[in-house]
Amino acid sequence: MKVKMLSRNPDNYVRETKLDLQRVPRNYDPTLHPFEVPREYVRALNATKLERVFAKPFLASLDGHRDGVNCLAKHPKSLATVLSGACDGEVRIWNLTKRNCIRTIQAHEGFVRGICTRFCGSSFFTVGDDKTVKQWKMDGPGVGEEEEPLHTILGKTVYTGIDHHWKEGIFATCGQQVDIWDEQKTSPICSMTWGYDSISSVKFNPIETFLLGSCASDRNIVLYDMRQATPLKKVILDMRTNTICWNPMEAFIFTAANEDYNLYTFDMRALDTPVMVHMDHVSAVLDVDYSPTGKEFVSASFDKSIRIFPVDKSRSREVYHTKRMQHVICVKWTSDSKYIMCGSDEMNIRLWKANASEKLGVLTSREKAAKDYNEKLKEKFRYHPHIKRIARHRHLPKPIYSQIQEQRVMKEARRRKEVNRLKHSKPGSVPIVSEKKKHVVAVVK
Amino acid sequence: MSRIRAAKSLLALREQEELEDLPNDYPSSTSEDEGDGGGERKHQKLLEAISSLDGKNRRKLAERSEASLKVSEFTVSSEGSGERLALSDLLEPVKTSSSLATVKKQLNRVKSKKTVELPLNKEEVERIHREVAFNKTSQTLSKWDPIVQKNRQAEQLVFPLMKEQSAFAPIEHVLNGWKARTPLEQEIFNLLSKNKQPVTDPLLTPVEKASLKAMSLEEAKMRRAELQRARALQSYYEARARREKKIKSKKYHRVLKKGKAKKALKEFETLRKTDPAAALEELEKLGKARMMERMSLKHQNSGKWAKSKAIMAKYDLEARQAMQDQLARNKELTQKVQMASESEEEEAGEEEGDLVPDAVNEAHMTADGLNPWMVGNHSSDAKEAEIQKDPEQLPEPVANEASESEEEEIPVAEEEILLKEFEERRLLRKKSGLNQDANPVGRQETKDSSTQEVLSELRTLSQKLNKDNHQCRKQDVGSARTVLSVPREGPAGEEEEPQLLQRPERAQTLEELEELSKEGCFQNEEFPRPASEGQQLESNNQPSAPKKKMKEQMIDLQNILTTKSPSVKSLAVPTIEELEDEQEREQKQMIKEAFAGDDVIRDFLKEKREAVEASKPKDVDLTLPGWGEWGGVGLKPSAKKRRRFLIKAPEGPPRKDKNLPNVIINEKRNIHAAAHQVRVLPYPFTHHQQFERTIQTPIGSTWNTQRAFQKLTTPKVVTKPGHIIKPIKAEDVGYRSSSRSDLSVIQRNPKQLSIRHKKQLKKD
Repeated sequence: MKVKMLSRNPDNYVRETKLDLQRVPRNYDPTLHPFEVPREYVRALNATKLERVFAKPFLASLDGHRDGVNCLAKHPKSLATVLSGACDGEVRIWNLTKRNCIRTIQAHEGFVRGICTRFCGSSFFTVGDDKTVKQWKMDGPGVGEEEEPLHTILGKTVYTGIDHHWKEGIFATCGQQVDIWDEQKTSPICSMTWGYDSISSVKFNPIETFLLGSCASDRNIVLYDMRQATPLKKVILDMRTNTICWNPMEAFIFTAANEDYNLYTFDMRALDTPVMVHMDHVSAVLDVDYSPTGKEFVSASFDKSIRIFPVDKSRSREVYHTKRMQHVICVKWTSDSKYIMCGSDEMNIRLWKANASEKLGVLTSREKAAKDYNEKLKEKFRYHPHIKRIARHRHLPKPIYSQIQEQRVMKEARRRKEVNRLKHSKPGSVPIVSEKKKHVVAVVK
Repeated sequence: MSRIRAAKSLLALREQEELEDLPNDYPSSTSEDEGDGGGERKHQKLLEAISSLDGKNRRKLAERSEASLKVSEFTVSSEGSGERLALSDLLEPVKTSSSLATVKKQLNRVKSKKTVELPLNKEEVERIHREVAFNKTSQTLSKWDPIVQKNRQAEQLVFPLMKEQSAFAPIEHVLNGWKARTPLEQEIFNLLSKNKQPVTDPLLTPVEKASLKAMSLEEAKMRRAELQRARALQSYYEARARREKKIKSKKYHRVLKKGKAKKALKEFETLRKTDPAAALEELEKLGKARMMERMSLKHQNSGKWAKSKAIMAKYDLEARQAMQDQLARNKELTQKVQMASESEEEEAGEEEGDLVPDAVNEAHMTADGLNPWMVGNHSSDAKEAEIQKDPEQLPEPVANEASESEEEEIPVAEEEILLKEFEERRLLRKKSGLNQDANPVGRQETKDSSTQEVLSELRTLSQKLNKDNHQCRKQDVGSARTVLSVPREGPAGEEEEPQLLQRPERAQTLEELEELSKEGCFQNEEFPRPASEGQQLESNNQPSAPKKKMKEQMIDLQNILTTKSPSVKSLAVPTIEELEDEQEREQKQMIKEAFAGDDVIRDFLKEKREAVEASKPKDVDLTLPGWGEWGGVGLKPSAKKRRRFLIKAPEGPPRKDKNLPNVIINEKRNIHAAAHQVRVLPYPFTHHQQFERTIQTPIGSTWNTQRAFQKLTTPKVVTKPGHIIKPIKAEDVGYRSSSRSDLSVIQRNPKQLSIRHKKQLKKD
């Protein structure tokens, strides 16, 4: 009689060293693991809840300025260094890891209007209300030396903004016109105007570096070409644009922070219709900065909050606020795309996590896998009502909340009126204008 | 400005007038010469003419010989004081004076040219500049489009985009002050430098570098694999050739050769169709080969083998056969290509008669009339004849179409036959379906047996149907009424049925109407579907029994869908159909035919029935086989036990759509579950099934293998902590940077810019 023996190959179940994980044979037969959808749904629900539980974005507040923080600048080479200019003409350089100020300079008399770092990170430029452009060394002066700028350029008018070229020793200032300066020269190599109004901000395109965008107080956004020393096109919006920011991954996309509570993302080749209108703020948007990944941007508003928008969504995915944070004047997204800094009226610079519930520090591989899985689950079930409700829920300070309600009512009323007008007029006599087109007044060639 | 221009134009105009005048002056003066007789005057004139000829018009000052009233101080005579002075008079000297020729030319030139446009105003110019610059810039920007698209659609983006390559710094570079000092070190370095070993860059020797440059590893691998394959193939073919060569079977070789020839012929045919030029070349080649073969005299009877066979042929049938084969082959080969003219053919034929050997001549004798050797497609003709005698037995006469070449003919004929068959079938079906043709069978005279079969089948079917119809009608109507119609043969009877029906049944009662409607419905059903017919017949038979009950119910809600209005309408219309109606009917029929496959109403009813069945509560059977009694294969629990443990489901509330014939109301919705369900189909999805599929595929590691799990949960954007993400660069994605010389233009014309700047500064 033949007896069949059970035999196993020890290679299949014995681990080679003690450090190896135990090999667990697994049967993926779907009948053995029923209720896939309900189980994953519950997991997604839990993940969403946990995300809300762990959403603690506020990291630190850097205090030391004696007036409102007017401008911020990132260091191009060092993640830990950040520069800020205040309304009393003081410039401070901060170390984010230590969360302290490493250097203080009394740069200007009156406001520091703009600050920017050189592309190599060796020096930085400031412009102020005292009609000067000053270049400073990034490293502090030696012992016994006085704090002095490398160069000082005296202008005829007040400069309201400055930005440095991304590759060459050129910088641009704005005021009554856009000036392009060589670092070595005391007079601008080129200045471009279009109309006579004070220009509030100028920004170099980080990809096609010869392109500049500026926004002026006569409600327009003007694009310039530095090579041909000529303006390119002008778009006039409903209200004034405070600042613009170029997308660092998409050469022709920029976003404008507008006074009418909205942000407009434009394709610079087709200015007559914005690609996306981002609305959620309840007061003027003062500053905007892109995430270095080019997928999201952060906006600072007069309504004492900052919001994070995905580029392709019209509604924000996140809103940050604290009790003590006043009107946020400037905001920056750090170069590793993990943190957000904002400078506000009440003299503080605040550091936030870009992803509110993200765990900081090094993650083990299992943690990472769990995180990825949870993210995917949340994404998969994001349309389900419970999950959607929990994921969308944000606590807002009362003024912002009531403002939102009020504006909703106003908007609804306006919409209703429009609909009524459309309904009671001859077909075709009242045009239907899309929300995107509504805010663009004209495009000037 | 405009005034000046006007004056200029006037001037130019005058100039032209003068130019026109000029030639007229001379002839007039000469004519005067001839006409006049006075000698002195003549002389005077001549002098004048001469003086005018030299081009300079010297006007003599008029002499003052008498007292004048008006004396000007500029010694201008008052000779023509009475006349008016015209502008043209003033300009007269311009006409002839050569010193003004250049001015004249210029004036002409100016006149011929159009006036120069005013320069555009500054704003306009700037606008144009801007537009041009904008177009140029947007063009340079649109090169980013594909990259942007790619990045937007990417499954995963890992930032920073460009990996920083860890630079290998040789130790000498790190310690730049280092030198070989000790003798041992020096010796080593000497050795290294002698052997061309890298001293400063210890990573690669020059040889290694060169080899790296020459070919990458992958390339080398690929090439090696290719070579290996080629070698393997070669050896394989060699082996095969050797094997084939070793085969001694002559038959095998013959078959092989024949196959090859056939294949070549086929290839040639296809080539002829696709590429005639190449085919011609091929033909030439073939001709050459044939010539060679003819020259070699291989298939004459002179060979050793042929001689032996000739001896054997007397006794052996096989040998004779072989001989004949060879002769046939020889004939084929020695056959000349068809000549252009008949006379030539004949001559050639006569000549050939002498040349070719006896055996060939014999074959020649058998051919009648024309010289068969000279007919190019002789063999092919024969083949054709054979093919026509094929056992396939094509039913249609194709023999008439002999003009076409055989290769093409056969498929064409087949196709035609098939087509005809189809046509006939369709015709038949149509006729039987339409019921219009009185006697389609009579007209159908088909040679095709298959079609006839179909036809007969159809006929029997229709007859059967008719019978059934009659039976049921008899049952329905009963003996009270007269028998309606004499059963007819074939589809002809059906065709006139509606008309026939109308005569006796001048529907008086509602009951009759209903019956009629049902029958009409039945008639509207299509005939070529026997299965459906059967069903319909059954359904028609069933309601006939409870006829009395139906009387009370005027309209059955369930049957609203099944009964049709057209059949009722057919009752009301007059008995004699008009032409238009017929057309209409035809159209309807056609539409019906077109949508024959989808019976929407029945599908719906079926669906509803299924839904009703599914929603009914089910009985629960709690019997345990083998509990308290014997169990096993083939043994069932007792009926008593089954009855005892069967829990009957309570009758649920009546369905909401019970009285709604064309509605299905789903009563399954669960409000508790609805709170967790998505109500509206989310945006990117176009169908709920797509969305459900995304939900139903699990992504967790419980259901997926580790690899699949990792793949399913890859995050869209990955960033590394502590790494600076720089803006995307043209160099990163393989473009030449357009911003490389941002300042080049500015620096090229700094003067202009500086001037502009100065201006601006002044303004400020």
